[in-house]
Amino acid sequence: MNNFLTIRNNQRVESGSIPIVDYINFLEFNTGLLQDSKNHCVNYFGFLKNGKLHLINCVANDETEEIYLSSTKLPLSKNEEYQSLTARHTAFHLFEREISENFGIRYSDHPWQKPVRFPASSGNNLKMDEYPFYQIGSEDLHEVGVGPIHAGIIEPGHFRFICKGEQILHLEIQLGYQHKAIERLFLEKKHLLQRTILAESIAGDTTVGHTTAFVNNFETLCDYQPDYEKKFSRTLALELERIAIHTGDLSAICSDISYQLGATVFSRLRTPIINFFQSWCGNRFARGLIRAGANNYQFNKDLKESLLGILKEYEQDFEEIVQKILHHPGSISRLEKTGVVTLEQAIQIGAVGLSAKASGLARDVRVSHPDDFNKKLNHQFIIKRHGDAYSRTQMRREEIRQSLTMISKMLDALPETFNNEHQILNPLPNSFAISLVEGWRGEICHCAITNEHGELELYKVKDPSFHNWMALSLAVRKNEISDFPICNKSFNLSYCGFDL
Amino acid sequence: MIKTLKILYHQGRQFIPDLSNALLKPPFRGRPFINSVKINDTELEMTCPTGAISTNPVRIDIGKCSFCGECALKFPNKISFTTDYKLATNKRENLIICEGDDYPVRLDNDSIKREIKQLFKSSLKLRQVSAGGDNSAELELNATGNVNFDIGRFGIEFVASPRHADGIVITGPITSNMSKALQICYDAIPSPKIIILCGTEAISGGIFAGSNELDRQFLDKYPIDLYIPGNPPHPLTIGEF
Repeated sequence: MNNFLTIRNNQRVESGSIPIVDYINFLEFNTGLLQDSKNHCVNYFGFLKNGKLHLINCVANDETEEIYLSSTKLPLSKNEEYQSLTARHTAFHLFEREISENFGIRYSDHPWQKPVRFPASSGNNLKMDEYPFYQIGSEDLHEVGVGPIHAGIIEPGHFRFICKGEQILHLEIQLGYQHKAIERLFLEKKHLLQRTILAESIAGDTTVGHTTAFVNNFETLCDYQPDYEKKFSRTLALELERIAIHTGDLSAICSDISYQLGATVFSRLRTPIINFFQSWCGNRFARGLIRAGANNYQFNKDLKESLLGILKEYEQDFEEIVQKILHHPGSISRLEKTGVVTLEQAIQIGAVGLSAKASGLARDVRVSHPDDFNKKLNHQFIIKRHGDAYSRTQMRREEIRQSLTMISKMLDALPETFNNEHQILNPLPNSFAISLVEGWRGEICHCAITNEHGELELYKVKDPSFHNWMALSLAVRKNEISDFPICNKSFNLSYCGFDL
Repeated sequence: MIKTLKILYHQGRQFIPDLSNALLKPPFRGRPFINSVKINDTELEMTCPTGAISTNPVRIDIGKCSFCGECALKFPNKISFTTDYKLATNKRENLIICEGDDYPVRLDNDSIKREIKQLFKSSLKLRQVSAGGDNSAELELNATGNVNFDIGRFGIEFVASPRHADGIVITGPITSNMSKALQICYDAIPSPKIIILCGTEAISGGIFAGSNELDRQFLDKYPIDLYIPGNPPHPLTIGEF
């Protein structure tokens, strides 16, 4: 008998068909898979059923488009200690911390068993300001604490640095300030529209990414195949979101290296793109655009003409400023060799998306786990090798160019008429579905399980930031503390996507 | 140098000269309008994901509304969204739009504190706190300062230290984990000070209302000086005050 089940992106399986093995087999199987860097863990989570803790691990193979599901059951006993997967592969560390926080599972050899989000429901008495930070008791060193409220208009998080003079030796990031129990709300709110609005609010800057992952997942649970128009709209919106946010990020990077012209030009270049969303669906972040089984805002010829005009103007001004900034000695000297994440580190922590690609690790759902629409577009990887802030800045330029090409390809093939069907959807009972979407930050993964009545029993959201915050901690080591802002902006990770 | 000047020249004029008379086009969803035709009210009430619609007579609370527009799609004869983006007010009840109401959301001039009128008339420095926000209202607040909207020209500026601030702008539904930091930040602002709630989530909790991870007690303690509805509010809505 197999100890795992192979599925693909946007595929539904009977939840009972995932083989349940004993914990040691489960541990060895999954850590064994990760010995090969073409495999990475896309989601690992637990949920309670009939008084037992079910653990499900989803490991994706980036070459064969396969996802390996394996499962185990644990009794809920406070005395038992388990071996951790983390001790054998670091990429599991946050998943296990989350399981430990939510269900009280204790690990005998987890090197970093600390709180993740401080949920009120966990029964953990630790307060937000009692996080057990790593400390080094040396008189030569000093600690710097930043946050949760930061200088600009951004989300809250606490950063604790251990520094030797100006140099950062260690950074520990405490999150959880934004925690609002989104996953539980998915189960409590019974209407599809409520859940869609929730998905739109997981991370406001990735509205399209998370909503697409949600509707793909929900449609998969209902065995519903979305028509061409729906896929077209979603893919187009994803690429536009990528262009818009990358442009905003370039602006933020420019302001952190004090290059005012770049900051101003990029920030105004973002405006026409998100305003296009508004003329398409009434909201600058594309809220309202993506719906399961429906498409309320049809894309049409007029929108195509207006988008072509916007992108043409955008491209000219974008190329002009991006050439200037990426060849400017002042900006190169600030960005190059700043905040390096090596390929080994990226593999070790299971980095995804832009941060992984900048370090030479080819992880992009559009290539490795494409849906049939993406397959037709024949998307290619963009890879940079140095893993520094400069690589991540270059990645944004390349990805914007790539998205522009992709969009013009899509618009060329815009069909004359769309078939715009609305479908009332009902999830099938006893099902498991997984959806992967490449948001602008990287891989978004939504998993859902239904019970025997077809009601959601589990909804699990994973933002790419869940993997990548660790990359920021590693990147700033041996850098000057004054370079922290550029390192941070070069990743631009999500607080709310992590905190949920 | 010449290259830089060329780039500057190519940008043309980007700012919106008159923020309060700028026009937005449909399908932008601003202030809703409720027609007096009769429909199945219960079905209408059920449509709303955030419970913003109440009946007898039909009312929409735009402090709860997520502006998803689904009610207008389902009942186009009953509800429509105008492009009127001027939604901010200092009175919570003014956010409730009744059947037949077709006038802008009003600011109650009499209840604005006198010292606010005098002190902050041409210079207002604000400290923003994201308390469980999803980063969309935060992005729009940032956008108000960019070259397109440029609210800096009216003397409104976001500052880093609460000690330099005249008030606090709260985004997000206020999570328990953030409630203490929010209180500390508010206490650090010198008096007189104002509180602005920016976005549906801050005003009512929005889609997160009822989550047990929220702690909205802070809002019961102090009077709120301005409500800015929207999910997220458009920069013009924010800029309008």
